Amino acid sequence: MQKIDNVAELAAICKRMRRQVIEMITEAKSGHPGGSLSATEIVVTLFFDVLRHDPANPKWNGRDRFILSKGHCCPVLYAVMAEFGYCPKDQLNTLRKVGSIYQGHPDVRFLPALEASTGSLGQGLSLAIGMGLAARLDNSPSRAYVMLGDGEIQEGQIWEAAMFAGNNHLDNVCAILDYNGIQLDGFVKDIMNLEPVADKWRAFGWHVISTDGHDIAALQKAFAEAAAVKGKPSIIIAHTIKGKGVSFMENNPKFHGMAPTREEAARAFLELA
Amino acid sequence: MITKTKFEWKLGAATREAFGKALVELGRTNADVVVLDADLSKSTYTAEFGKQFPDRFFECGIAEANMVAIGAGLAASGKIPFVSSFSAFVLNKGFEQLRVTAAFPNVNLKAVGTHSGISIGEDGPSQMSIEDISLACSLAGFVVMCPADEVAMMKLIQAAVEFQGPVFIRAGRAKAPVVYAPNQEFTIGKAVELTEGTDVTLIATGLLVAESLRAAEALEADRISARVIDMHTIKPLDRDAIVRAAKETGAIVVAEEHLVDGGLGVRVAQVVAETHPAVMEFIGIDNRYAESGSPDALLDKYGFRAVNVAEAARRAVKRKR
Repeated sequence: MQKIDNVAELAAICKRMRRQVIEMITEAKSGHPGGSLSATEIVVTLFFDVLRHDPANPKWNGRDRFILSKGHCCPVLYAVMAEFGYCPKDQLNTLRKVGSIYQGHPDVRFLPALEASTGSLGQGLSLAIGMGLAARLDNSPSRAYVMLGDGEIQEGQIWEAAMFAGNNHLDNVCAILDYNGIQLDGFVKDIMNLEPVADKWRAFGWHVISTDGHDIAALQKAFAEAAAVKGKPSIIIAHTIKGKGVSFMENNPKFHGMAPTREEAARAFLELA
Repeated sequence: MITKTKFEWKLGAATREAFGKALVELGRTNADVVVLDADLSKSTYTAEFGKQFPDRFFECGIAEANMVAIGAGLAASGKIPFVSSFSAFVLNKGFEQLRVTAAFPNVNLKAVGTHSGISIGEDGPSQMSIEDISLACSLAGFVVMCPADEVAMMKLIQAAVEFQGPVFIRAGRAKAPVVYAPNQEFTIGKAVELTEGTDVTLIATGLLVAESLRAAEALEADRISARVIDMHTIKPLDRDAIVRAAKETGAIVVAEEHLVDGGLGVRVAQVVAETHPAVMEFIGIDNRYAESGSPDALLDKYGFRAVNVAEAARRAVKRKR
């Protein structure tokens, strides 16, 4: 697969993906725009530049895996997967409608190219660990990437998994924390503060990389650093802005789980032109 | 068929021990089989697999939810994982993971719960899994099995590996009476009819199979002819065996070391209600938790003996008239 590592090109793709996300969620009249917009650079950089994958052979055993553990942010994942032909672009706007392959949360029954069905928070890291263990057994270079939400890591299973990966020196697992600071009920720091979050992961035996999650060059560097670390799993703590790219959605808890109106969508498209 | 020859009560290995033995055999023959445990490998008997195949054994610590989902990840990458712990923990603490990471995407995960029922004994009710059949059967697409003895466990573990999809297998702590000859064959979803009978059918699973065979002998003395069926697969049920029992004997007793709510009994009753009416009686735990005690004392006290099964059968036969 031809990789794209040019930052300007990737930035242009991100803008297009954001427009797609807004369109899909507006058509669906429900969904979670904020977290798709905060995760856009991460998902785009992964699929276009970092992951070893083959759209012509989606189940190639040597591929890298990507699990969207914060499954409610699937619009950006669907939009990016459609770019590679894993699923049809012309059906993206059927998101959340009956009969659509674009389910409200990722569902492998409808879209087999997905690596996992997610949506119940807290489980994706364990799945990635299972895939990492399988790759290690098979002496495969395959790596398992998993994106976690910040609110999601309030789940206890995340820390069971973190302890396991640290103890087992699982250096083919890389987590990305989409640290946008907002969850459904409000600001993460008010609901259940995560800080000092980097220290927590370090204490569990992880290599921690903190970066700006919207700076594509910085993300590329972070992924390269994570891949080079031996004997430890890595987590990229990506500082992001919920609703990034649409001024009235940015840092606004309202758009964690609410679709924009047609008027709001029109304003968003102007900003994302 | 064991008809006519007297059932000889002889204790064999516990089904958990048979599980451990089956895993070691699988370790030798199938390189894809991997085993995960949550700090109970000496009790679940997965430790020997760990000793012989250390690369394919993952100690997860006391973290069942994580264990189940790691298993699902391994399955998604083509391995055949067995996740095992006490039944009370793997199902209750891992339930959400069994649902979302195994059942819903239909992955090839095998979950084994040992120390099921009240016959775990002295450890008491927090460790007693009396709702695992109900929970496992509520997972769409899961196969749910409860082998009666060592032979059944060895063969059904093999069958579970050959089956592509999620499976839950229930094992016990106590030594299990020997029901089967080593050459007995088993098929998932196909019950074993152990004795012929015309007046009443005793449908049992797990430890209650041997108790039901003894009950059938006691009933013979009362000139009641009892058919005994080992329903080793609780999901999918052998509907044909149930329909034949309902039609041909008109009375069914279901015996299981489990809550009556959501157990094998109510699942059999559904088939009876849908197909052919028959009188039914249920041996199980009725809406309560048990207590500490020796396994034998508990099975006596809570009514899981041949005498209780036979009594229920007499009631059922009487109600037919």
